[in-house]
Amino acid sequence: MRSDTDRKLRGILTDVLGLKPGQADRFESSTGLFGHLPELDSMAVAGLLTEMEDRLDIVVEDDEVDGELLETYGALLAFAEAKRAA
Amino acid sequence: MKAASWPCPQPGGETAAEFALVADQARPRRLLIVPALFEEANKLRRLTVEVMRRLDAAGIDCFLSDLPGCNESATELRDVALNDWRAAATAATAHFAATHCLAIRGGALIAPDLPGWQLAPPRGAILLKGLLRARILATREAGREETKDALLTQGAQHGLELSGYMLGPAMLAGLQAAVPTGTATVIAQDLLGGSPLWLRAEPDYEAAQADALAAIVAVGLAQ
Repeated sequence: MRSDTDRKLRGILTDVLGLKPGQADRFESSTGLFGHLPELDSMAVAGLLTEMEDRLDIVVEDDEVDGELLETYGALLAFAEAKRAA
Repeated sequence: MKAASWPCPQPGGETAAEFALVADQARPRRLLIVPALFEEANKLRRLTVEVMRRLDAAGIDCFLSDLPGCNESATELRDVALNDWRAAATAATAHFAATHCLAIRGGALIAPDLPGWQLAPPRGAILLKGLLRARILATREAGREETKDALLTQGAQHGLELSGYMLGPAMLAGLQAAVPTGTATVIAQDLLGGSPLWLRAEPDYEAAQADALAAIVAVGLAQ
């Protein structure tokens, strides 16, 4: 069973990356994001973070965002889960 | 539809020609379209024009002007304040004798208070936050650190380049404070039946979204 955060995060990535419905279902923890997906430039990452704040009801500080956070789907999900639990 | 030019008020009180895309057959229903702002304008340009094509075919005159400092405008964007865009939109309303308005995203921050619609209007502060964040991330990629507060302090004095847009102090202050207002009906993205095109990392287009948006406006104008 996927968590609510997991489902919402896949939905956000679907919107930002313009994925076909269901495509994000195949993301695994190790699936690469920033640096692996050519579409994800800084403007797109900024949009991604703003949507995460909006849909997950969290606040992301700019200094929390580094390459590691956006390296894999698993890292981004762990960040979002921890933010929502805080 | 064709390109037209019209006398648009500019910063400092002068008037200069701006281009507008118009579908004008002197029909009774005349819709001013206020486009999305900054990077979102690029992501939504095709949707905007495709909606105009559909409305033109449905018997509605449509008008989409360049904003001073954007696209073909000869004005320097750094000299433009958000209020200058409001003045331009208000003048366009009078020049084209618009009866209704469709504001797309940030266009709602500068749209005249005509009957009509706003597609997913954001607060100005949210638009600015996204632009600042993109700059901070891009700078970090380049191995340097900037903070939002330091950028805003710098911007208040000298302006800031954000995502290729040179925004002056007045534009930055205007964005911080701007909220969508007016009596227009808000159209949520959900009603277009697809994910938001302005969020896409790459410019994209879905004909079904243009169909849906044009239908909402055309049906509303027929009532």
